[in-house]
Amino acid sequence: MTAEIGHFALVLALFVAVAQASLPLIGAHRGDPGWMALAKPTAILQFALVAVAFACLTHVFVTSDFSVVNVVSNSHTDKPLLYKISGVWGNHEGSLLLWVLILAIFGAAVAVFGANLPPALKARVLSIQAMIAVGFYLFMLLTSNPFDRIFPPPLNGRGLNPLLQDPGLAIHPPMLYLGYVGFSMAFSFAIAALIEGRVDAAWARWVRPWTLAAWCFLTGGIALGSWWAYYELGWGGWWFWDPVENASFMPWLAGTALLHSSTVVEKRDTLKGWTILLAIITFSLSLLGTFLVRSGVLTSVHAFATDPTRGVFILALLVIVIGGSLALFAWRGPKLVSTGLFQPVSREGGLLFNNLVMATACAAVLLGTLYPLLLDAPGGGKVSVGPPFFNTVLIPLMIPMIAAMAVGPFLSWKRSDLMPALRRLRIALVLTIVAAIVTYAVHGDEPVLGVVALAMAVWLGTGVLTELAERIRLFRSPLSESFRRLGRLPRASWGMTIGHLGLAITIAGMAGAGAWKVESIQVMKPGDKVTVGGYEYRFTGAKAGKGPNYKFVGGQFTVSRHGREITKLTSEKRVYNVSQQPTTEAGIHTTWRGDLYAVIGDAEGSGGAFVTRLYFNPLVVWIWAGTLIMVFAGALSLTDRRHRVGAPHRKSSAVSLPGAQEA
Amino acid sequence: MNKRLMFTLPLMVFLILAGYFAVGLTKDPKKLPNMLKGKPVPDFALKPIKGRDDKGFASTDLKGETSLVNIFGSWCVACQIEHPFLMKLKAEGAVPIHGIDWREEDPDAGPDWLNKHGDPYALVGDDPRSKAAIAFGVTGAPETFVVDGDGVVRFKYVGPLNADIWRDVIEPVLRQIKPPGAS
Amino acid sequence: MRHIAVSLLLVAFPQAAFGVNPSEMLSDPALELRAREISKELRCVVCQNQSIDESDATLARDLRVLVRERLAAGDDDQGVIDYVVSRYGDFVLLRPPVKGATLALWGGPIAIVLFALIAVFVFFRRQRQTAKAPIAATPLNEQERQRLQDLLAEKEH
Repeated sequence: MTAEIGHFALVLALFVAVAQASLPLIGAHRGDPGWMALAKPTAILQFALVAVAFACLTHVFVTSDFSVVNVVSNSHTDKPLLYKISGVWGNHEGSLLLWVLILAIFGAAVAVFGANLPPALKARVLSIQAMIAVGFYLFMLLTSNPFDRIFPPPLNGRGLNPLLQDPGLAIHPPMLYLGYVGFSMAFSFAIAALIEGRVDAAWARWVRPWTLAAWCFLTGGIALGSWWAYYELGWGGWWFWDPVENASFMPWLAGTALLHSSTVVEKRDTLKGWTILLAIITFSLSLLGTFLVRSGVLTSVHAFATDPTRGVFILALLVIVIGGSLALFAWRGPKLVSTGLFQPVSREGGLLFNNLVMATACAAVLLGTLYPLLLDAPGGGKVSVGPPFFNTVLIPLMIPMIAAMAVGPFLSWKRSDLMPALRRLRIALVLTIVAAIVTYAVHGDEPVLGVVALAMAVWLGTGVLTELAERIRLFRSPLSESFRRLGRLPRASWGMTIGHLGLAITIAGMAGAGAWKVESIQVMKPGDKVTVGGYEYRFTGAKAGKGPNYKFVGGQFTVSRHGREITKLTSEKRVYNVSQQPTTEAGIHTTWRGDLYAVIGDAEGSGGAFVTRLYFNPLVVWIWAGTLIMVFAGALSLTDRRHRVGAPHRKSSAVSLPGAQEA
Repeated sequence: MNKRLMFTLPLMVFLILAGYFAVGLTKDPKKLPNMLKGKPVPDFALKPIKGRDDKGFASTDLKGETSLVNIFGSWCVACQIEHPFLMKLKAEGAVPIHGIDWREEDPDAGPDWLNKHGDPYALVGDDPRSKAAIAFGVTGAPETFVVDGDGVVRFKYVGPLNADIWRDVIEPVLRQIKPPGAS
Repeated sequence: MRHIAVSLLLVAFPQAAFGVNPSEMLSDPALELRAREISKELRCVVCQNQSIDESDATLARDLRVLVRERLAAGDDDQGVIDYVVSRYGDFVLLRPPVKGATLALWGGPIAIVLFALIAVFVFFRRQRQTAKAPIAATPLNEQERQRLQDLLAEKEH
């Protein structure tokens, strides 16, 4: 019965979404306040209906109702409750439902909290949100219904992929989706602005919090996925340039560019067309990410042949949403007039440079990710595009950008001079050179790239701190004056400072873990010792055991340095009962210097000998510490008073297009 | 640069991408090209599988007569589906079939499997460590190569053979090698 | 490896990967290091975007052994890679070779950078032109233009 209620709620949600997509839009077009006002109740009702559907799906998973196909394919009675719940979105159909639930949450949030929005803009934004939702409802109901029944119901389910039975991965997809779907707000605002023909500072302020929130979630989601890979896949890698990773990285690059360009729109009334385009591209890449990963197109599954309806539907949806919005952009975009002028060397220039690099990087990742598919289409042969390509292309792009990131905040708006900014960065420059020399001295001629990357991290970090010191006139005015200034800094500028600092820390982590990872693979008998990265790992033996739904062999290691015991590590090799699929749990001890990382492999003969993989991953935790700091910075910026109190109102003098209101 | 053109550019780029996409989606990304087409079969000399006391199977055996080289394994489910058709081919005697028993963990597994399901092969070689399989560029079983009398690889088919595929895909290749009328 | 892949799951399930095993390794550390570097550039043909160095698949294992055998027999790095490519095609190269078919891939990023630079150049030049002509800085809208034309037309008569 629950499944039928869920299914029915989805159908109703579709009808409500159709109403929400059309009536307020027509109302805005005609200037009819009554019709425009329909946006709010429909958005809230739509949210309520999807929430019911989602609750129903969760219920059938939690109660292990094996008359529902989706539960049979993805769940099992033995599974711990957490993974029964995460099983809801650990599959194609359920993840679509989660996607559309989050979309409805965002829509309802605009309806409830968007009181300061002009009614026409609000009506249009909510209508466009609903159009996206209609596409998703149709897709689900026609091709991927999560509530399909099976008869006769089997006794038990097939279980969830054991790799997914992990707390980190249970919340990874919702985080990622909050990011993807969050960008739909920027998209809807951009489309509404194109329809109205009007983009101004107030618009930029309305869009900013949504973009920031989405960016925070996406950053967190990507970091979580990378961390999961690090500890779960058992060999200490944290980024693989896999198509699915790229699918989340591309909207991140575009979204980061959008975050920076919308500042220019807000402060200086220029780069409007570009910002609108970025908003469209960011969400388009989110959609592409959702579907490419979902449909398995990029993960080498013959999408059209195995499931033609889904494949065609996805392609049609992408063409309508992306093609339609880009066509609207081509038609209405040229009418957006920018008034702010600026010199190439200026704050705007710096932000534009960021945008260029981010957009180029994004395009390069897109090219690399899709190239095998693009080449194969006209029969050009099969190629693989792997990590070596992406590293070769991305690293040279990122170095100048990080170099510029330290300088940009010193530049003033409109026009500026490079030399004074660089003079103020003397200390940072000296420290950078010292760091490079020290690293070089310690590691010899080991990867030059590691030395460069670490130096870039120091440059960015010290540059950011120098800028903060300058702003509060540290050492130039009395300390009390500096503290007073520190206290009065707006939260948005704290956001920038801390966010950039977070990136510096992440880069340092990537440099360390990428360049100086130490690996040792061998067979060890109990009592054997191996020294890895200056740490002595002693294998103390392995014993077998049983978990809730798996059996395991757990290996113990004692790690010491200079004869002093530091920690004991336990690594498990698990085999899950249902799928018989093996997974590993690495034994990890995290320190600021680096992670001690031990993995046990297969038994080697009798006598308790095992294959072991031991690693020292220098600075690796800095990668996630830095991203966490970036997320915090974004959240801090979100609480800036201009988003809360600013209640941005449009200046009546704002440049507007005649005829736009009727468009 | 014309302003309107600049604003239209993203749409054009997207439409081109979408077009490629639509075509690309109809193709199987895992299907690798046959790198050996038109080249002599790679050198290999495999030992016989257990219980068959013949000479095994080597590349030199492929000279003289058009033949098929079939990669199989007792662990391979699709091979089991294909097997009855290979038996039928053997009964018809159209073309000799040679087998490469690929990656058996247990040396008895291959012979047991052939005893149970029948043995369609003229010659069989044991390839436990993928020596021949890699030389042929094999990615999975079953795969079937058409080799002409000069020992040149003419065609590769990935996946289980059946009557339809034989008629539509393999026979045309064989006809090209051996024009009707010629022996 | 496919982890996020995994997360948003999907069809082919990745194995927790292990890759190279002690029993396969060469005793000569320099040769073993070369083998590892080569293995990292070669794609496991039955996996999703994994190198043979990382993969647990049996075919990847056999390819790792092959790489080491050929190195031990005296092949140089390129020779080993060329042999594998001659069997499986460019598909096995994680670093796609620079050639006709990949021109757009390797040239693409360069073209994008050039395009971006030109676009910025045009942007600033146009901006400068607008700045030089202060009257045109706020362009007339349709109504205003119409009115201007009407006024001009009136004047002519």
